[in-house]
Formats: sequence, structure tokens, C-alpha cells
Amino acid sequence: MTATVPLNAYLILSAALFVIGVAGVLIRRNVLVIFMAIELMLNAVNLTFVAFARFLHSMDGQIIVLFVMAVAAAEVAIGLAIIIALHRNKESMNVDEINLLKG
Amino acid sequence: MEWLVFVPLAAMALVTAVLVIILRNPVYCALSLVGTFFALSGIYLLLQAQFVAVVQVIVYAGAIMVLFLFVVMLLDLGHELPAWLQRDRPRLLIGAGAVAILLLELVIPVGSWTARAPHGPQTSEVVGAAGNTQLVGRLLFTEFLVPFEITSIILLIAIIGAMVLARR
Amino acid sequence: MPEGAFFVIMVAKIVVVFGLMLLSVSYLTWVERKVIGDIQVRLGPMRVGPHGLLQPIADGLKLLFKEDIIPQAADRTLYILAPAVALIPAFISFAVIPFGDQVRLFGQTIDLVITDVNIGLLYVFGVASLGVYGIVLGGWASNNKYALLGGLRSSAQMISYELSLGLSVIGVVMLSQSLSLVEIVGAQARTWFIILQPIGFLIFLICAVAETNRAPFDLPEAETELVAGFHVEYSSMKFAMYFMAEYANMITVAAMTTTLFLGGWRGPWLPPVVWFLVKLYLVIFLFIWLRGTLPRFRYDQLMRFGWKVLLPIALANIVVTAVFVALR
Repeated sequence: MTATVPLNAYLILSAALFVIGVAGVLIRRNVLVIFMAIELMLNAVNLTFVAFARFLHSMDGQIIVLFVMAVAAAEVAIGLAIIIALHRNKESMNVDEINLLKG
Repeated sequence: MEWLVFVPLAAMALVTAVLVIILRNPVYCALSLVGTFFALSGIYLLLQAQFVAVVQVIVYAGAIMVLFLFVVMLLDLGHELPAWLQRDRPRLLIGAGAVAILLLELVIPVGSWTARAPHGPQTSEVVGAAGNTQLVGRLLFTEFLVPFEITSIILLIAIIGAMVLARR
Repeated sequence: MPEGAFFVIMVAKIVVVFGLMLLSVSYLTWVERKVIGDIQVRLGPMRVGPHGLLQPIADGLKLLFKEDIIPQAADRTLYILAPAVALIPAFISFAVIPFGDQVRLFGQTIDLVITDVNIGLLYVFGVASLGVYGIVLGGWASNNKYALLGGLRSSAQMISYELSLGLSVIGVVMLSQSLSLVEIVGAQARTWFIILQPIGFLIFLICAVAETNRAPFDLPEAETELVAGFHVEYSSMKFAMYFMAEYANMITVAAMTTTLFLGGWRGPWLPPVVWFLVKLYLVIFLFIWLRGTLPRFRYDQLMRFGWKVLLPIALANIVVTAVFVALR
């Protein structure tokens, strides 16, 4: 075993976290928890960016992560506002029951 | 030496991430996610990205997850039935299969892949001399100025959008 | 410096700072009761020891031996965890605050700061933003409507005021060109930043009071409307931990005010550590004075003040400072 952790270890960790996020979106029905799983996926991708930034000796990856965080913050603000508006109309957080557009 | 830091942090990230999707109470899910963010922040420190690590804690743990908790508590959500009780078995199997295939698709190429030789200008020595935060700042306001401005417009739109949506 | 000596010095610094902090926290309760008593023309605690000096110890013993009640409907895990979550951030942010210059002791040069990290300021903000979890979780886990309301109020309040708090120190960062607290103190060798950044200082001070949930911003625990807010259900040592967290936060915030705006440990004649403590306690006295003088805000006033008054002023302050720095 080498002294430093190779890039692949970070990438595998990131892949595992991403897949856990995907599984969360698939198995959960609560809008808020699905939203959290999406945040988890975004973070998994951030990890690859930072890992590449370190191993390719380029800071660009870290800058992209900051942009991802800003967009994630914007997304959370809008998403939670939508969830509150939904709750006001529907009293339910289950995505299977939020089907007004189905007609 | 690095492994001694990496393995516990990675294990913590994985365990808390799994807890996020299997715990039934949304408050506990949110707290587990905070745990994941902390583990990731530690890994960023290991990757010598101090600024990103601290911003991760401030933005994700300090602001975004507090908002999540705020909404969870405000709406007083009940517990959710676990997926394996409320859904039929065939669909669950298909879902599990899809997730497993995705995991293999991601891990197999990554595991056998060797990175190109590092070629960027910012080696550890350069970053150490200039300071991580200073470099991030310089890049943000020179090379990445346009994306930076666009991000601020996105945030402005998000503020207005959230206010319009949440208003009665 | 040999590795062993470094380790010993580090542990010694942590133990001394942590011990002093605990002592200050307990005696701050006495100071506050005495000062408030004086403001309200009464004596304050007088019975236990001369001038009530043993009162904190008596209080501590009493809280220690009280029955520890956990409400039946409470979420046990989080109910037990929440006070600790509130207490830990309050203590660990002190790690990067410099409380003196280098001293020479036993042939070793010792920096009087536990650790000088190059993003010290951001570290303090990161840790401070976690303090809200203890309050929100405690409020939710108690399963009591007053506690929940207190917790929700405090999360809204802390998110709102953290913005202005962060923006108010941008001016300091621009002037000192560094995020390391040691270097920020170093940049104040000639003029303290309170002179160059008076508006930033005022905003920081106001937001600091709001962040520590103290009067006139003590809405999370407004006695008259929410009984005691997020910690109604707490008793015994868990209540004591919330109490300690509040006072520890006060010390940390006062230390940050001292470091960022009042020149840190700098001052003539007296040794640096003494200067640091004098400034620290002056800021704390100011906090207590505010509590003795001002009535509590209403919730809508609090939000309007934070978003419509403090935030624009903080942004304007940044623009003015930026122009000033660019022209210099």
C-alpha cells in the first residue's frame, strides 16, 4: 500500500456516494428526502472535481465546486419554496400523490 | 499516513449517506446528510482544498441543511413507510438491479483507470506558496469572471423566485 | 522545535485555554447578575460567599444534583444529543483566536494562539454556523410547541443575521489582506480597525448579539411569550450545558470583536494577554449593559431590521471600503 491515497480511491468513493444518491431518489417517496438525495449526488460530483484538481495540479476543479455550491444553494431555495407551496395546496409530501399535471 | 485519515472519513461518508436514504424520519435523514458533508469536508482538507472545505461547512451544513431542517419541522412531516413495505417486489428488484448496474458501470472503469501525468501549473508547492484561498480568489476574478457574474444572477433569480413562490 | 516539545506545548495551551474558558463561563453568570443588579439598583447575589462570589459553584452543584427529566413524547436520542451539539461549537472556535504575542518560556518560543490556520476567520464562521443545530434540535426533540417555536425562530434569526455578520467583516479582510486571525491582529499595529471600519464594527456588534441570542434579540427564549423557548423541557445538567453554551458563545463573539476590530492583544505598557482580557471583558460588559437597557424586539421588527437595514448597510460598507482600498 502506498503512502498517499491514489486518485482512484477518491473516484470510487465518489461513485459510491453518487449511486447511493440515485438509489435514494428511486426508493424514497418523500419530496424532501428525494431532494436530500439529489444534494448527495451533487456532493459526490464535487468530490471528483476536488480530487482531479489535486491530482492534475489545476485549481479549476475547486472553482467549479464553488459554482456548484452556489447553484445548489439557489436550487435549494427554489425547491424548498416549491415544497412549501405544494404543502399548502396538497397537505402531502408523497411524490406519488403530487400528480396534478397528469390530468 | 494519508490512508489513516482517508479510510475513516470515507467510511463515515458512506455510512451516513446510506442512513440518509434508509432512515424513516426526515429529521434524522437531514442530520445524516450533515454528517456526510462533514466527512466530505475532511476529505477536501486531505486534498489540500482548505477554502472549499470550509465553504462546504458554511454553505451546506450551516445554511442549506438548516433550511432543510427548518422546512421539515415547519411542515411537521410524519414518518414514511419504508420502500420495501409499500411497493411491489418486481419494481423494487428492477430498481435494485438498475442501481447495481450503475454502480458497476461507474466503479469498474474508474478502478482500472490510470490518470494522465499531472500537467497543470498549480502544484502543491505553488499552492502552498501563494495560499489556497488567494489562488481561488485570483482565479475567480480573472479567468472565471463571467461564470462568477452569471452565478450571481442565478442567485438573484433564486431569491426572487423563492419569494414569489412562498408568498401566499 | 522537537516534536515532543511541540506536542507538550500544544496540549498545555489547549488545557489552559479550555480551563480558563470554563472558569470564565461560570463566573460570567455571576458578573452578569451583579451588573444587571447594579443597573436595576439592587444588590444581586450576596448570600453565598463574600458578595456572592461562591454563587456559580452553588448553582453548578444544584444543577448537577437536580433530577434529569426526559419528556415521554420526546425524541430521546436527539434530546440527549442536542445540548452537546450546542456546547461543542461554542468552545472549539476559540482554537484560532490569538490571545497574545510570542513569549519565550523554558527556551522555547511559544505563539499565544492554539493554532494559526490561514483561513482562521472562515473557520470561526463555519463553527459558529453550527451552533444553531443544538438549539433547533433541542427545540424539535422536546416535542413541545413552545420549544419548537423557539427553535424555529432561532434558526430563522441566525441564518438572517449570519449574512450581515459575514458581510461586515469583509471590510476587515480587505484592509488586512488575510483571513488568518494572527495576521489580522498584525495588520492593526498602527490603527485599530474600529477606526477604519466604524460601520463594519457596529454591524458586527449588532449581529454578534443576535447570533448569541441575547437581549434585545433573545426571541428564541422570550420568557413572556414562549415560557423559555427551546430549552423549556430541559433540566439538570442538560439545561446547564445550554446555559454554558450561551455564555461560551458570548466569550467567543467578544474575543472575535476584540481580534477583528479592537486590535486583539495590542496595547501599550501592559502585557498582551492582559490587554486581550481587558478588551474582551469590556465587550462582554457592553453586552450585559445592552441586556439591562433595551427591550426585546418583536419578531417582524427583528426580520425587517436584519434584511432591510443591516444587510444594505453592510453591502454599502463593502463598496465604500473597496473604493478606499483601490484608491490607496
